[in-house]
Amino acid sequence: MIGWVIAAGQPVLVMAVAPLLIGWMRLVRARLEGRAGAGIGQPWRDLRKLVRKEPISPAGSGWLFVAAPPVLLATSLLIAAIVPLAATTSRLAGSADLIVVVGLLLLGTAALALAALDTGTAFGGMGASREMAIAALVEPTLLLSTFALSARAGSTSLSAIVTAGAGHAERLVSPASLLAAAALAIAVLAETGRMPVDNPATHLELTMVHEAMVLEYAGRDLALVELASAMRLTLLLGLLANLFLPWGVATTATWGAAAIGVVVLLGKLALLAGVLAAGEVLLAKLRLFRVPELLAGSFVLALLAVTASYVLA
Amino acid sequence: MARLGLISRIRRTGRLAEAVPERAGGGVPDLGGSVQVRHVDAGSCNGCEIEIGQAFSPVYDAERYGVRQVASPRHADALVVTGPVTRNMAGALRKTYEAAPRPCLVVALGDCARNCGVFAEGYGVAGAVSDVVPVDVEVPGCPPPPGEIVAALRGLSGR
Amino acid sequence: MNLVVTGLGAAVSVSGVAAVAAVVLPPRWRPGVVGAGMTLAGCAGAVAGGWALAGRTGHAVLPALLPLGTARIDVDALSGWFLLLVGAVAALVGVYTAGYVGRSGTGASSRTALAALPLFVAAMLVVPAAGSVSTLLAAWELMALCSLLLVVAEHAHAGRRGAAVRAAGVWYAAMTQAGFVVILLGLVWLAAACGGESFAALRDAAATVPGTVRSGVFVLTAAGFAAKAGMVPLHPWLPRAHAEAPGHVSALMSAAMVSLGAYGIVRVGFDLLGGGPSWWWVLLASGGAVSALYGILQAAVAVDLKKLLAFSTAENTGLILLAIGAGGLFADVGQPALAALAVAAGLLHALNHAAFKTLLFFAAGSVVHATGSRDLDTLGGLSRRMPLTTAAFGVAALCAAALPPGNGFVSEWLLAQSLIHALPPASTLNAIAAPVAVGVVALTAGIGVVTYVKALGTGFLARPRGARAAGAREAGPVMVIAMALAAAGCVLLAVAPGLTTPGLARTVTIAMGAPARGLAGGTAGLALPGVAAVYAPMLIVAGLVVLGVGVAVVVRLVGRPRRRAIAWGCGNGPQSERTEYTATSFAEPLERIFDDVLRPEHDVDVTHYAESAYIVERVRFRRRVPDRVEAHLYGPVRAAADRAGRAARVLAAGSVHHYLAYGLVALLIVLVAGVIR
Repeated sequence: MIGWVIAAGQPVLVMAVAPLLIGWMRLVRARLEGRAGAGIGQPWRDLRKLVRKEPISPAGSGWLFVAAPPVLLATSLLIAAIVPLAATTSRLAGSADLIVVVGLLLLGTAALALAALDTGTAFGGMGASREMAIAALVEPTLLLSTFALSARAGSTSLSAIVTAGAGHAERLVSPASLLAAAALAIAVLAETGRMPVDNPATHLELTMVHEAMVLEYAGRDLALVELASAMRLTLLLGLLANLFLPWGVATTATWGAAAIGVVVLLGKLALLAGVLAAGEVLLAKLRLFRVPELLAGSFVLALLAVTASYVLA
Repeated sequence: MARLGLISRIRRTGRLAEAVPERAGGGVPDLGGSVQVRHVDAGSCNGCEIEIGQAFSPVYDAERYGVRQVASPRHADALVVTGPVTRNMAGALRKTYEAAPRPCLVVALGDCARNCGVFAEGYGVAGAVSDVVPVDVEVPGCPPPPGEIVAALRGLSGR
Repeated sequence: MNLVVTGLGAAVSVSGVAAVAAVVLPPRWRPGVVGAGMTLAGCAGAVAGGWALAGRTGHAVLPALLPLGTARIDVDALSGWFLLLVGAVAALVGVYTAGYVGRSGTGASSRTALAALPLFVAAMLVVPAAGSVSTLLAAWELMALCSLLLVVAEHAHAGRRGAAVRAAGVWYAAMTQAGFVVILLGLVWLAAACGGESFAALRDAAATVPGTVRSGVFVLTAAGFAAKAGMVPLHPWLPRAHAEAPGHVSALMSAAMVSLGAYGIVRVGFDLLGGGPSWWWVLLASGGAVSALYGILQAAVAVDLKKLLAFSTAENTGLILLAIGAGGLFADVGQPALAALAVAAGLLHALNHAAFKTLLFFAAGSVVHATGSRDLDTLGGLSRRMPLTTAAFGVAALCAAALPPGNGFVSEWLLAQSLIHALPPASTLNAIAAPVAVGVVALTAGIGVVTYVKALGTGFLARPRGARAAGAREAGPVMVIAMALAAAGCVLLAVAPGLTTPGLARTVTIAMGAPARGLAGGTAGLALPGVAAVYAPMLIVAGLVVLGVGVAVVVRLVGRPRRRAIAWGCGNGPQSERTEYTATSFAEPLERIFDDVLRPEHDVDVTHYAESAYIVERVRFRRRVPDRVEAHLYGPVRAAADRAGRAARVLAAGSVHHYLAYGLVALLIVLVAGVIR
């Protein structure tokens, strides 16, 4: 029973919190820039307005352009039902492991890239091309760095990894764990299109990666894409937090533990997002063709982490 | 070192934004506190652009009223048009208006946008903004001060 | 006589009848009859395979069928797996052929090309069923000859196309025959050392054969089989032959024939030789890893649709060989259950690859049929003109990109599981090889997604980039039916991989002598109980469909109706198709990132006006990504062969006296050698 509640509740929680997290990050940024900021509820106001507006399909595009935003959001919701965020005891956690989660993330990226190509515009193609080139290097890193931890836990189930981590705190400072954390952090930045890989606030098309893909979306399509992007950021930050700081996650199927898990998750998310936003104020965006060097570096770190987990296990 | 310098400067500077002025009005109900604007320079002398830049600067901080600039008219709720509409830009302005999802508001910003200002009857001028696309809000001034730009945008968002 | 042997016999007989029919019937009847024959033969072969997978075996001895020995048929579950694979592909290709080749009586519908097709199917069915060295070799050679005829079916095309077909034919002939020779050497050596040529005799005596002979046999046969599987660096024939062959032939070759390379390695390496030292398998696995990475990189930058698919075949067989190599390695270090799991992943991937690659080549064939072009840079806009073909390619691309819930994902998931559970590492080699292999699989999967997003996005979506794509029409009903059947196969394998597990478990037990560690299947999915790993594709599909549709419906209810507008072109426009991203531009970032590996060639050619060197008349830009492995490895070999040929020309002066003298000298040498020995 509680397993089903968690499986259904985590997606709802992530969906509710993700825009607030974006609002929180914008607020931190605004304060560091000396501005007042729009408040953490602003992304929700934006979404509410977008849903009411008219969606537009560019001439020449097909059904894929319309289908991509729901697919993207569906992958995010499904991931939220699977991964251990507030609790490891989701009823669906046993049905899919980390390889499936990474595959679903990539499915969402691919759907959006195809939709961007379907618009037939130069910007759409450019964004899709860049996003896919980055994704091709990021997904292996995501997979490898979590593998480093799963080798230790003896399972590729994310819940098992987090449970094992919570049980053996001393392993979290092992070389494999630290290398994997560094690699995963870089991969999360790239995957969610944050600085220094991509600038989510840019208005200059030629510097865009993710934004260029969604230039054609309007109204509810755009609302779905923005909500899904926010959810992916939330999911990955939550996963990063739980893999390397697994304390507070409910590992037992009780209501109390789950409630603590939710509160602790919100705290971790706020902390990580605040650090990320502060970092974005201090960092400049990398040139596009310097990004692969960063990603290749993180891939090597992840490979070292896996090797370390095999050799030093 | 540079980073540390930046951090301490951020701390020293603190908050620059001015106090919130009086509330402007009810706003547009459909938008509900969120206005994405796409700026179209239809032939401006760039005076208004400088003031728009100021409106989004830390001091005036239009973003705190739910106003944000976006890169594509598909994302926009309002077009902010500056300058008299020149012959070269008339088509582009019309296309931008067509490209934006409904409902789409148009803000004619500055005297040139309202009535061509000093450029009226120039050989390259096609007319005021209202001659090309329907205008919902006008902001007078040459250029209008940032405070009034913010007030007008706030009138749309209602925050 | 049981169902296995009966089915196989029926398949071969029907193929023979179809081949004869192709020769005697008039052109308008040929495609239908040959297609029906192939479908029947394929179904019969698949039934035989399925029966063998259910645990039956089949033996038949046909004395005096082959000139030098007895033909032996010996079907076990391992044979059954590949019989099922080849039979299913052949049955689908039969349907497709009937709609694809046309009735002109030339090219792919000529008498020879159509007669070779059922023979090719029969040969491919006999290869896994063969129970002796001579039977295997005879079937293998028949398979090679038939496929060669089919590759050059369109050799009479005028201009560059015909020249490319002929060049592909020469490459294919040379490499496939060289491969045959090394397999022949290896197997004959083994048969000589064992004192018998039936597989049963080899199996019994292989353990007593000295280690050097065993290693020699493995290296020779593995090289030959890997060449057939298209493993880098033995691959140069593959992108040429698969690209230039007609669509249905590409599907047969790429989906079925290359899998038989993997069959050969499993049969000889595991079943006959009974496994071997680690270095065999490290060699094989590294070949597979290089193949996977190099294949997918070349596919990612390819602009020729069929060449892209061909390089993707090299990638997938690379993964299969990587899995088999990993299996051998684990078996050698004393982890037989894990080894069986890795080999099971490889075999399952062979089946999955066969399913989606058949469909991909069907769709590509339809595109070529409709537009006459394979160049992704001039395609596009097919999603509205050819919606069914686009949907078929979309399903296959999802599977081939190894994205959930496609079937390619299932086997790559299993492969990753087998690699990751090599813990605690049984040896240092293991501790290094397993993580590297995991990295290779992950990187391959990542670039694979780019490849198929490119193929689908630039080849089928948006607006047409050329006149021929703009005038495309949907494929005929027979081709559409074939694509629908193949798509149904992919979907079945994707959502119910558990159906394959009983047969797969039996196959692996035959090959490895141990059941796969905890591989359990059900209708829901795959599970590895010992390691708490589960993949439930039904759930993923159901979740995605319910959530996606639900989200779409909810936002539609609160929102306004959709409007169509011209694409945003910064106030300019409408944009022409010349501003669209092409396949070349899409792959450019990846090409730049991996330019140390790919070494793309760029050539800028500026022509000035005669009046002034400052005014440019024309700029021409050419870009090509050559196959570096081919240029560096085969260039010197070809040059040497060329030199030797020129030098030997002196000997062939055209004088009969000389030739008689050569004969005499040769005879003397043989006699002298005999006397000395």
